[in-house]
Amino acid sequence: MILDIIITGLISGSVYALLAIGFSLIFGVARIVNIAHTAFYMLAAYCIFFVTQKAGLHPVWGMLAAFVSVTFLGLLAYKLFIDPIREHEGAVLIGTIALAIAMQEFMLLLFSGDYVSVPSLIKGYFAISGVKVFYQQLLTFAMVLVILFALWVLLMKTRLGLAIRSTAEDREVANLMGMNDSRVAMTAMGVSVGLAAITGAVIAPLTILSPFMWTHPLIMVMAVVVLGGMGSIKGSFAGAYILGFAEALVVFLIPQGAFLKGSVALSIMILVLLIRPEGLFGIAFEEER
Amino acid sequence: MKKGLAVWSVIGAVCLALTAGFPAWAADDVIKIGVIGPMNFMQGKGHWNGAVMAMEEINAKGGVQVGDKKMKIELIKADSNEFLSITDATNAMELLLTRNKADFVVGGFRTEAVLAMQDVAMDNQKIFIGCGAAHPELCTRVAKDYNRYKYFFRGTPFNSMFLVKTCFIQMATVAGILKKVLNIPKIKVAIVAEKQVWADPMVAATQKTLPKLGMEEVGVWRPSQTATDVTAELSAIESSGAHVIFTIFSASVGITFARQAGELKIPAAQVGINVEAQKEGFWDATQGMGNYVMTMNTYSRDVEVNELTKPFVQGYIDRYGEVPTYTADTYTAILRGIVPAIEKAGSLDSDKVVQAMEAGVPYKSPSGVVDYLKDEQGKPLHDLKWGPGFLTSLGVQWQDGKLVGVWPNKWQPAKGVEVTYKGVVPYKIAPWIIEKYKK
Repeated sequence: MILDIIITGLISGSVYALLAIGFSLIFGVARIVNIAHTAFYMLAAYCIFFVTQKAGLHPVWGMLAAFVSVTFLGLLAYKLFIDPIREHEGAVLIGTIALAIAMQEFMLLLFSGDYVSVPSLIKGYFAISGVKVFYQQLLTFAMVLVILFALWVLLMKTRLGLAIRSTAEDREVANLMGMNDSRVAMTAMGVSVGLAAITGAVIAPLTILSPFMWTHPLIMVMAVVVLGGMGSIKGSFAGAYILGFAEALVVFLIPQGAFLKGSVALSIMILVLLIRPEGLFGIAFEEER
Repeated sequence: MKKGLAVWSVIGAVCLALTAGFPAWAADDVIKIGVIGPMNFMQGKGHWNGAVMAMEEINAKGGVQVGDKKMKIELIKADSNEFLSITDATNAMELLLTRNKADFVVGGFRTEAVLAMQDVAMDNQKIFIGCGAAHPELCTRVAKDYNRYKYFFRGTPFNSMFLVKTCFIQMATVAGILKKVLNIPKIKVAIVAEKQVWADPMVAATQKTLPKLGMEEVGVWRPSQTATDVTAELSAIESSGAHVIFTIFSASVGITFARQAGELKIPAAQVGINVEAQKEGFWDATQGMGNYVMTMNTYSRDVEVNELTKPFVQGYIDRYGEVPTYTADTYTAILRGIVPAIEKAGSLDSDKVVQAMEAGVPYKSPSGVVDYLKDEQGKPLHDLKWGPGFLTSLGVQWQDGKLVGVWPNKWQPAKGVEVTYKGVVPYKIAPWIIEKYKK
């Protein structure tokens, strides 16, 4: 059972980490709460479905198509809908909710609400100490680690990453230092949506697709981000695995209560916030920025 | 110029408001039947498709004889959105009855939503035939408060107590086959039910019944209806040594469970209710891993319950390219329930039609004979009678990409009685189960 919990926790945690880091990134840089973030993840999953099941191409092409098209769509959405109202946080919140619902309804029209799935890249499973693990789960986990590493390299080792981190830390000073915060915000948006798209691409073979599949991850992502500290990428990473393992523990230790896994994870978030309202790695006072 | 423009704008706005705010002055010679369901999903599509087939059949014959005049049927589609919001469902019902002025309503799927929609229909004293929800409460309300709830009838499926009874019979059939073929002395059963209201009484009933059937319960698992990973549950089920997995699924978890169980080759036969497995798209949705999954169903290609079955099923397949699901029994609800009752009553008056519907049973339908139950005190329940000679449903199994009927096949409900529907084939055990137990 311990191995089951570890494997399930790692997979769930990795998915939430990918999504939450993207969500945190755009909030940290541009103060945009992008409710449509997981809707892009849903679009990516459907893109793969279309490419593999309707066009009959290999899933790898689907993943590439998903990443490119959804990232482009995200940038377009940012330019047309979010950038003009960026200074008004309330309007951004409402605007992104509307965008998410619009995407959901559009996919509902295109594909109906019937559940569909995409084939695994690698079929079959292997056993570790009697615990069966899908090859696809292992592949997904490996891909997530690669993506997280690539993100770390981008943020820590490149000038673009430096600009993103600087803008996230203090927008005004970054502006004064010659960084165009609007361009940085757009780039951060591209990276953020790109992460959502990649998550959709790697997770699609492990899940069931429906136009409503974006809502549960959104709740979990927001819980992760709040738990980890709004705008803190390190916090999002830690929070993702804490909640991923919390979910896994519930599913394995309380079989009849498996449906409560979301509630338990959110309860943990509330508990942490009662003790430390700014989150695990968040900043207590705005002036500290 | 500006004043003129303003005046014309006001006139235009008023005209728009009048046309939008008032319902169209419909001709008096139509009977409006509302079809309410989750229209973006298979269940709602079944509601609509079945209703359309009934409407076309009736209108092709000139319509319905209401007293001394013929009236055609007009359908009104209402999307209940009940998977996401009960409020949307009740709003849709409200609009159907008050704005669209539907005379009758058929449809509904989720018990939680239908319970609420039922009240709206009863407030308006309009006949509502439920074509999807199984909870007994929908009909016990009729007996408890007849004057208020008499306008509700269950169209399909029979209530969850009978659903689970049929499932038990099917499970016992599969258990019997496993015992015989694989020499298993006592069958162990894992109960897996999605966490939904309709499944709760079924879990309790299953736990009570298994010992009576000589089987052993090894555990109960309640995943979320939208769970996308059930490997945890499957690992635990495999460890428990279950030979049979009794499934109670109506949502997407049915696909996830079947796919992952098939991929992991869990050595246990799946039998029970898996609504997603009733759809022809199930095979693709599980990427072919849903082989050997058995579920209850109402219709199956090539299986004939009576002489009405094949014309309906084949007609549906020819028109829509797939076998009808049970929600398509709006066809029967309209064609054989509402319409004959209207003609007998000679009126669209709800009270008169209710009386005619109560007196109009039993009648034959493509899925069997429809008759209504009464409670112990003899009060009408408007609930469907179950059993040989009435409605029994079918057991269907996925065999190598095809959904085939496997039950009833030499079913002996009583001494000297044997039921086999035309077109059923033998049940198949998954090869990995045979491999494990033959060793």
